[in-house]
Amino acid sequence: MELSNKSSKIKIVASGLIPFAFLIIMVAYIFGPGSDLLDLGVPLPEITIEKVDFVESEIRATVRNTGPIPVEVVMADINDRIQPAAVEPDRFLERYETALVRIPFSWNVAEPYVIGITVEDGTRFEKEIEAAAPALEPNLELVGFFAIIGTYVGIIPVMIGLLWLPFIKRISKSKYHFFLALTAGLLLFLGLDSIEEAIEVSDKNLAGSFNGALLIATVTILSFLGLYYSGEKLVKRAASSPLAKPVAIALMIAIGIGLHNFGEGLAIGAAVGLGSIAFSTFLIVGFALHNTTEGIAIAAPMSRGKPMIGKLAGLGLIAGAPAIFGAWVGGFVYSPFTSVVFLSIGAGAIFQVILVILKWIREEGDKELSSAAVVSGIAVGMAIMYLTSIFV
Amino acid sequence: MKKSSRIMMVSLIAISAFSLLYFSGGISAQQEEKTFVTHSGGIVKTTGEVLDPLYTSATMEFDPMQYLRDFNYGRISQLPDGTTLREFTIIAADDNIMEVSPGVFFNVWTFNGTVPGPTIRATEGDLVRINFINSGSKAHTMHFHGIHPAEMDGVFEIVGPGGKFTYEFEAAPVGVHPYHCHVMPLEEHIVRGLHGVFIVDPKEGRAPADEMVMVLNGLDTDFDAENNFYAANTIPFYYQHHPIQINTDELIRVYVVNMVEFDPINNLHLHGNLYHYYPTGTDTVPSFYTDMITLSQTERGIMEFQYDYPGKYLFHAHKVEFSEKGWVGLFLVNEKNPDSKEVTYGT
Repeated sequence: MELSNKSSKIKIVASGLIPFAFLIIMVAYIFGPGSDLLDLGVPLPEITIEKVDFVESEIRATVRNTGPIPVEVVMADINDRIQPAAVEPDRFLERYETALVRIPFSWNVAEPYVIGITVEDGTRFEKEIEAAAPALEPNLELVGFFAIIGTYVGIIPVMIGLLWLPFIKRISKSKYHFFLALTAGLLLFLGLDSIEEAIEVSDKNLAGSFNGALLIATVTILSFLGLYYSGEKLVKRAASSPLAKPVAIALMIAIGIGLHNFGEGLAIGAAVGLGSIAFSTFLIVGFALHNTTEGIAIAAPMSRGKPMIGKLAGLGLIAGAPAIFGAWVGGFVYSPFTSVVFLSIGAGAIFQVILVILKWIREEGDKELSSAAVVSGIAVGMAIMYLTSIFV
Repeated sequence: MKKSSRIMMVSLIAISAFSLLYFSGGISAQQEEKTFVTHSGGIVKTTGEVLDPLYTSATMEFDPMQYLRDFNYGRISQLPDGTTLREFTIIAADDNIMEVSPGVFFNVWTFNGTVPGPTIRATEGDLVRINFINSGSKAHTMHFHGIHPAEMDGVFEIVGPGGKFTYEFEAAPVGVHPYHCHVMPLEEHIVRGLHGVFIVDPKEGRAPADEMVMVLNGLDTDFDAENNFYAANTIPFYYQHHPIQINTDELIRVYVVNMVEFDPINNLHLHGNLYHYYPTGTDTVPSFYTDMITLSQTERGIMEFQYDYPGKYLFHAHKVEFSEKGWVGLFLVNEKNPDSKEVTYGT
């Protein structure tokens, strides 16, 4: 018996490994003796200018090889006029490798520039900058400036939103369901907004080889699953005390909103960094109005527990403070790839929170989620968000 | 209560850790620094490589300095009636990959391996015979501007890959003319490099001078119907980092031919001087005394000037876009040593 048990285990292991062996043989064949097989067509070099910084008497372009073959950066131009330049660390780029091209140029503030990079076969790639603005240097003053903006946009509005708590506390159950559903509607809008923003950043700055849309979908779903799994554990642990459950849900909402606000901070920091100051004033006012509603989202589940001012403030901070970090990152070290990832994580977190809220409403009694309160709540939530988003 | 506040702390820390990850990207190890001085005087220190097509030259098979004063008079023989016969062999190819600017490798189509093709020079009335061999993978011809019989025009007598054709005509009229391939798509055959200069000297000759040929051409290296580079004699910025050496008080004669495509006009501005200009070189009396001529496609002429003062003088397209993409050069005018012997030019 023992022996056959052992041999059946070996069989299992073998049957698991055999497909891998064939896979390795197939890949090895294509790279080795069968390489002629795929020698069709001509692989074209491709680079993407991911980022352009304007510093003292110099324009700096971050270039990534986003094509199928290694490339050599051989020439830089500004507005289609050839310029001498330095390339760091060197001009040879393997796939996905980046280099910094430094072009000495006395540029003028707020004027548009087209940065061109030519590779060894003479193909020129370009990126257009609408208005040149000095790259922000992370000094204490600016760090403080962004912290104030982040507080104005993130923390204060969320705290104001939380002030609706006593109001929500005093209303009937069906009205309470309306507010929970309203929260779900608000969040649904924020989730879609994050995805839209992520797609926009990826379209503008990421090469096709990153599969932007699928990167966003994958990260969003992974974030959703990860938070869903850990969120369920958190709620289960909290289930022992009836008071803790609303707090757990509010915490999840706050984390989801926090990740989203990080994305908003990025947008503000990047807008200031790009010099569109007027634009970022609207952005700041818009986000501030918009984020007040996020306070309601946190307040709604908390309204069924005992008043806990300290906890509420803590949740407000979790939801709002990431806007400060986002503004720092967006202003000082903007990277389109990481921005897309953060925005997608935020979207996944928000969708997870929506699911949790809907489950909460079902547990509270509305089994079909089809009462007038729930349906109108979601609809009004979406509508409010849309209207406040017009200010952004 | 405690548990959830701990979770709050953890999430705050996690978010700040995420942000830190962002910042850490920019730090890199200290490396050896190089310094370079830019065109406009800026000084840049870099640990990387310097890309400077303005002041560095590629390792080239084609030497614009040699081409500049290289005139081909052919294999000369006398016909029974006393006419001079000049025979040339021209081989067309379209598989040559040339480093046209530092690091930029481009497939040029060539007559006798270079862009522009060899400068063909004859005297008015000579019989010019060109044994044309097409060693390319596409059809090519040679079409001369000038006066000749229809069947010698290189338009309808397409020479396929591996084919041959003999062009034979009397050199006329006096002046400077382009020759180029005339197979469709014509624009492509011209801009890829199948062009050159044909000079017909007057029987009585011209005054002795330091003579040179400048073909103004462009390169569209990414095939978007716009030139990526412009130059005098193909290589961008070449005469900027290799100034053309001339002497004071010496007659300089430049045969200039505009072969730029895509852009309707080109022009030539000379610094610190004016020149006598003979459009198409067909007249013995100059039409202009100027420092600026405007040239349309295949427009050409002869410039004559001499410098009184030694030093460095620019010449370039005053369509500045072209000069900033390579069509710019320098004359380095040396003081003529009064003790030196009189130099004779030409053959």
